[in-house]
Amino acid sequence: MRFSLKHLLLLVGLGVLVVAPLGQGNYIVYMLCSWLIFSIAAMGLNLTLGYAGQISLAQASFMAIGAYTTALLTLAGWHWVVAMPIGLVLCFVVGLALGFPALRVRGHFLAFVTLAFNTLVFLVARNEDWLTGGTYGKFGMPRPDFGIVSTDSQLNFYYFTLIVFVIAAALMWGIVRSPWGRAFRALRENPIRAESLGIDTRRLTLLAFAIGSVYGGLAGSLVSPLVQFIEPGSFAVIHSLRILLMVVVGGAGFFYGPMLGAAVVILLPEVLRFTEGYYLILYATLVIVLMVFCPSGLIGVGSRIRDKLWSRTRDRGDLKQGAQL
Amino acid sequence: MNALTPVMSVRGISKQFDAIKAVDDVSFDVYPGEILGLIGPNGSGKSTLFNCILGQLAADRGTVEVGGQAVSNKRSCDLSKLGIGRTFQQLSVFPEMTVLDNIIVAGQEHEGTMISRLFGAPDAGLTEQAEQMIAFFRLSHLRDEQAGSLSYGQQKLVDAAMAFMAGPNIVLLDEPAGGVNLTMLAGLKERLISYNREHATTFVVIEHNMEFVMSLCTRIIVLAEGAIIAEGTPDQIRSNQMVIDAYLGG
Repeated sequence: MRFSLKHLLLLVGLGVLVVAPLGQGNYIVYMLCSWLIFSIAAMGLNLTLGYAGQISLAQASFMAIGAYTTALLTLAGWHWVVAMPIGLVLCFVVGLALGFPALRVRGHFLAFVTLAFNTLVFLVARNEDWLTGGTYGKFGMPRPDFGIVSTDSQLNFYYFTLIVFVIAAALMWGIVRSPWGRAFRALRENPIRAESLGIDTRRLTLLAFAIGSVYGGLAGSLVSPLVQFIEPGSFAVIHSLRILLMVVVGGAGFFYGPMLGAAVVILLPEVLRFTEGYYLILYATLVIVLMVFCPSGLIGVGSRIRDKLWSRTRDRGDLKQGAQL
Repeated sequence: MNALTPVMSVRGISKQFDAIKAVDDVSFDVYPGEILGLIGPNGSGKSTLFNCILGQLAADRGTVEVGGQAVSNKRSCDLSKLGIGRTFQQLSVFPEMTVLDNIIVAGQEHEGTMISRLFGAPDAGLTEQAEQMIAFFRLSHLRDEQAGSLSYGQQKLVDAAMAFMAGPNIVLLDEPAGGVNLTMLAGLKERLISYNREHATTFVVIEHNMEFVMSLCTRIIVLAEGAIIAEGTPDQIRSNQMVIDAYLGG
């Protein structure tokens, strides 16, 4: 494997993530953890929406399933390492079930189905207080302890989250660059043609929902020990819309899009806090401007800048030969 | 030729949309290695028949057998696995993928299992084969271009190359010549004939371009108002009075 500029940038990026929390206060480290966690949730939605083209407004509900499962089990004395996979399996199964409507309805109809599902999960979390604690939620979840290293301190929890994030991102990279990734893109671009080429679009649609949901569940299972308090409002529809915003702002269907999008949605409001009462107005304006001028998101902005600085203008293969075939 | 066992048998296919009979009790056999043309005026039921054969429309009546196996209720992904490829009347490439990726995705589902495709090579080991297919259709200079950026005719060629990538036994081509310029059309016909001879692949072709279909096909079936009105060699069809009256004109 050749060492390229991409590999170098990846190493620099990882280095920045390692040193980013050093010397920072608890709040900043907490925000960085939130960014990593929401990046995981957005990565999952990016697979469902960006790669496979299936709209979902229910990612926060899978965070809820992951978070509540982890909370209930860790409060019952189970280790996070055992509780988390149980949450993920649950998310996979529920995500698979949520994928079935996508076999019959598409576009905004599917969006409404998933939105209704998110509302359903929210209502269950709020009303079934024997299980979820109702509006009081669950609190006091322990952070994972690995014997020689405990994640009780904010910094240690950050590094723990970073390790989970890197593993999740590597697995996602493996999926999207495999033939599955190509099949997901085929499903997004032309499902009828994809099916005629032997791609089982039903199975693939279900898998897109199930895998995306697992990433939502993983993010939820990290929220639980990070905040050590969860309640239904943390997983309402508005949070699914925030995750959708992360994917769209970052660049749907691009691997690094969700991470950039999560940075904008989680970190930008904090950066703009110096403007006091104007920060939300500024934040909203920046997002609107971005969407109007670059619908392909921040990755699209990056490509435009790159093309301006290092012009990649070239003739298309057939035009080089002087005439179109 | 008719002494051979058919590779595909269509028996009594009918399809009605409200009061309109789109396909009316159509039966025919397709024999190994032949290039069968399906012609007829607009609205004669050619594409509906294609879609019924390929499982994209449920026929009201009738059956389709491929290699002796009933495939009437099979999904098009299953038909692809049984060795049936197809092209579409409309442009049907994956526009945001490169030409190479379009061709690889057309073959990858026929390699290994779903799990092996997840953990195997990103190209499913198909790059070399895909490049050969691209070269066969004389698209090598466009290998890394986005399929959506190509001209209409070039996308038609990519579409055809995709249909052949999995090495099908039968390929159903829906108006392959539609919108393709004359130079490219000659190239396409030559490619199709060459592929047919090299691989003994059977073709069923829907086409309006009479010159193209008469010079490409070995046998032609003529549809009018959903029913077969004539069947024969190109020369027999040209001189059939019923076909001239219904379709070819004086």
